[in-house]
Amino acid sequence: MAKVKVRIPAPLQKLTQNQNEVIAEAANIKELIADLEKRFPGIKERIVDETGKIRRFINFYVNDEDIRFLKHDETPLADGNEVSIIPAIAGGGR
Amino acid sequence: MNLRDDQIDRYSRQIILPNVGGSGQGKILKAKVLIIGTGGLGAPCSFYLAAAGIGRIGLVDSDKVELNNLQRQIVHITADVGVPKAESGKRRLNALNPDTEVVTYPLRLDSTNILDIIKDYDIVVDGSDNFPTRYLVNDACVIAKKPLVHAGIFRYDGQIMTILPGQGPCYRCLFAEPPPPGAVPSCQEGGILGAVAGILGVLQANEVLKFVLGSGELLSGRLLIFNALDSTFRTVKVPKDKDCLVCSDHPKITKLIDYQEFCSLKKRDCSSK
Repeated sequence: MAKVKVRIPAPLQKLTQNQNEVIAEAANIKELIADLEKRFPGIKERIVDETGKIRRFINFYVNDEDIRFLKHDETPLADGNEVSIIPAIAGGGR
Repeated sequence: MNLRDDQIDRYSRQIILPNVGGSGQGKILKAKVLIIGTGGLGAPCSFYLAAAGIGRIGLVDSDKVELNNLQRQIVHITADVGVPKAESGKRRLNALNPDTEVVTYPLRLDSTNILDIIKDYDIVVDGSDNFPTRYLVNDACVIAKKPLVHAGIFRYDGQIMTILPGQGPCYRCLFAEPPPPGAVPSCQEGGILGAVAGILGVLQANEVLKFVLGSGELLSGRLLIFNALDSTFRTVKVPKDKDCLVCSDHPKITKLIDYQEFCSLKKRDCSSK
C-alpha cells in the first residue's frame, strides 16, 4: 500500500470539498479510485464508466507518465508518487 | 526580404534576439496563421501575433461582441458590442499593426468548410470553446497535415499542446473521443479569470512564433498544464497512440465528423467561440 498525492482537476473539486490535492493510499490505480470513492463518495462514477473502465476523456498520470502507456489501471504505485487526474477541457473563454 | 526603416524600428526588440534577426523577422512577416475563435484565447493570441508582425492572420468567429466578453477578450472594446467578433478583431489588429493582413471568416466551422479554410495557412490556433469544434479542428489538421496549437481553459486551469501531424501525437492520442452529453460540467458552471485565458492565449502565440522561427522546443508530445491558484506549470508526456482513431497508420476516422453540441443550454449561449 503506497501513500500518494493526487491532483484533482477543477471539474471534480466539488466532490473533494474544493481541495485540488488529496492524499490516497493504494497499491495501484484501480485501488486508488476505490480509495478516493471511500473518501469522496460519488467521485468514482465521474471517473469510470458502467463497465469500470476509466472514461476516455479522463487520463491518469503517475508522475508525468500516462497510465494508458504503462499498465492502465493496474499501474503500480509507490510511496511519494504524484498522481494527476487530467480531463479534456474545451473552454476557450467565449 | 528587405525590411523598411519603420519595420526595423517597430520590430527592433525582437530583431536583436538570437534566433530572430532580419531573416527571422522576414519569416514572421511572411507567415500565415489561422486563429479559430476571437475569445479568451484567440484575442490575446491574435494581438501578440499581430504585434510581432505575422503577415496574415485569419480570424474565424461566428458570434457578435457582447459586454460580458470584454472582461478577457482584449481585442474587442466597449464600442464593439454588437459587432461581429471577427470584424471587431480585424479593426483592432489593423489599428495595432498595418503590416498584418487580417482575413475574417464570420462563420461556424463544420466538416464542409474547414479544410478549404485551413489550406491557405501555415499553422492553426484553436481557441474555440466546445468539444465538437475542437475534435473537428484536430481531425482536419491531421488530415490536411497542418500544425495546430491546441489550448483549453476551465476556471483556474489551462492546458496547451502543439500538434505536428505526421511527427507527434494529436489531440485524439491524448483524449480519444469527446465526452458524451452530461459527462462534463455545462458551460454555465464554468467561469474564467481573464488573466488565465490571457496566459494560455499568449502561450499559444509563443508556440506559433517558435514554429515560424524554427527555434526552441515546441510542446509536441507534451501537455503543459497551468494552475492559476498555485501559479504552477507542469508538463506530462503525451505519447503517440499507435491505435489513434485519426493519426495512426490504420485510422478509423477518415472523414470529418460534425459532433452535436453537448451543452444543454440553448445553443446561442454556448455555441462556438
